[in-house]
Amino acid sequence: METSERTLRLKSVSYREAILRIISQAGAGHTGGDLSAIDILNVLYNRILNVSPQTASDPDRDRFVQSKGHCVEALYAVLADRGFFPSAELDTVCRYGSRLIGHPTRAVPGIEHNTGALGHGLAVAVGMALAGRLDGRSYRVFTLLGDGELDEGSNWEASMAAAHYGLDNLIVIVDRNGLQITGPTEQVNALEPLADKFRSFGYALRQVDGHDIPALVEALASAPFERGKPSLLLAHTVKGKGISFAENQAGWHHRVPSAAELERAWAELAAQRAALEGS
Amino acid sequence: MAMGKPNLDIFAETLLSLARSDRDVLVVTSDSRGSGRLSGYAQELPEQIIETGIAEQNVIGISAGLASAGKKVFAVSPACFITARALEQIKNDVCYSDHPVRVVGISAGVSYGALGATHHSLHDIAALRAIHNIMIVVPADSLETREAILAAYAAPYPLYIRLGKAPMPDVYPASEPFRLGTCARIRDGHDVTYVACGETVPVALGAAEALAAQGVSCRVLSMHTVKPLDEQALVSAARETGAVISVEEHSAHGGLGEACATVLLRHGLHVPFDLVAIPDEHLVSGSQNEVFRHYGLSVESLAATAMRLIGGR
Repeated sequence: METSERTLRLKSVSYREAILRIISQAGAGHTGGDLSAIDILNVLYNRILNVSPQTASDPDRDRFVQSKGHCVEALYAVLADRGFFPSAELDTVCRYGSRLIGHPTRAVPGIEHNTGALGHGLAVAVGMALAGRLDGRSYRVFTLLGDGELDEGSNWEASMAAAHYGLDNLIVIVDRNGLQITGPTEQVNALEPLADKFRSFGYALRQVDGHDIPALVEALASAPFERGKPSLLLAHTVKGKGISFAENQAGWHHRVPSAAELERAWAELAAQRAALEGS
Repeated sequence: MAMGKPNLDIFAETLLSLARSDRDVLVVTSDSRGSGRLSGYAQELPEQIIETGIAEQNVIGISAGLASAGKKVFAVSPACFITARALEQIKNDVCYSDHPVRVVGISAGVSYGALGATHHSLHDIAALRAIHNIMIVVPADSLETREAILAAYAAPYPLYIRLGKAPMPDVYPASEPFRLGTCARIRDGHDVTYVACGETVPVALGAAEALAAQGVSCRVLSMHTVKPLDEQALVSAARETGAVISVEEHSAHGGLGEACATVLLRHGLHVPFDLVAIPDEHLVSGSQNEVFRHYGLSVESLAATAMRLIGGR
């Protein structure tokens, strides 16, 4: 394994530990989706986005909008690691008076837009991408959507606009973990054939294993996938990834681990770290 | 009162002149450039208008994204749609996220008359009053509209500007400076005060003129900024004239009238008060003018309301 890949995969282990610490101390959080999205966020913030605490108001910075705002613990873990705010502040998530609430807000350094209600991020990202084009700026706009939130019609309005305006500075990532709060997406409100839908809406589409770090790096670095079209990365993920008993369980959408479950999770993550360090 | 241009036309003219000299001015609209009198703007400045098609949620979401990158965005769409279908986008993407979008609700109130409740916006002021971080501006005439657009252009915060499409007479006193967050005393008096906004202001002014002939002296406030309300002007009016009548082209629930009543009560001003608005019922069909008359938004009816309130004096 290459050093840079090992470094990133070790970060993912640390981020998963941070996510579980945040959720257990807060007594609330979206464990399953955090764990499905974290490898994507890891690659974005450590390899792709030209953002940093020092350039947070640079008009040429890349933009990231996390439309699936409920998975904010994953975002907080990454932003703290990247130095946008002190890691110690992660202990205050959801506490009285904390700026780190249960969804992303601009009160937190590094966050561009407030989310939480689903189906909002993509249209805002379209606006950011349009502004970048109008101003002749080189920045790119990335947005991360959950698959469950694709039930919201506003995503499809925004997709039409993205294609109509040929926004190849827009990269939409869908965390396709297949589960929403009630159960499998295909039972709740079928999304498939999802890739065909996105292509027919005008995206240049690629699919990737959303936990395969080198594949994510390669795919995201190659955007735009096609000149003159918005890019869509359909990232196939596992809800609850990395914690065996949470994987693919709709019940872990927003379940808080018990003390015993946490012990098992620490042991599993420690084993993952040991395996990576020995590889 | 001699009729001037519709406020909608003044809005479009003002915006065009701003956009000519500032390339950051953008219109985002939902297949409603014609309704917004912006066809000429679109022809002259095609790079400064973003069309979403008939998709109001997209209008506001895209506007928020543009504003976040420093664009001076006017999101233009019929008031009935943009403040209902896209209310969550206004609440979250504009107000909560604090991206300074100017939401322009066109053909507001019952401007569309007999087209029915789908096209009426009698809820918009109430809905937006309950949302933090948006100023609500309801201009009455050409001057207020022009000044409101100029002020909105310069304002680094979210605004809702509610416009009708009927020709309006000039009511604003040229001597009085326009300032967002205040109101204009467009007629002074000491017996009763009409507090009106938007296209009902000339009706209230007409009632005041009619009452003057009967020896009743009416103050008329054009409450062009409904939120935040100019409490000081309202309290002074209640103290100095002793009776208040609110007048609005909006539901009786949650609009200007209830805002005024709250201020008066909280200041302990238990003056004779009435609220003239569209009642909570299935609306009668008809033109804007006919709907106004049906619900007492007429010179005669407003004058009678005033006489009833001050009858004991």
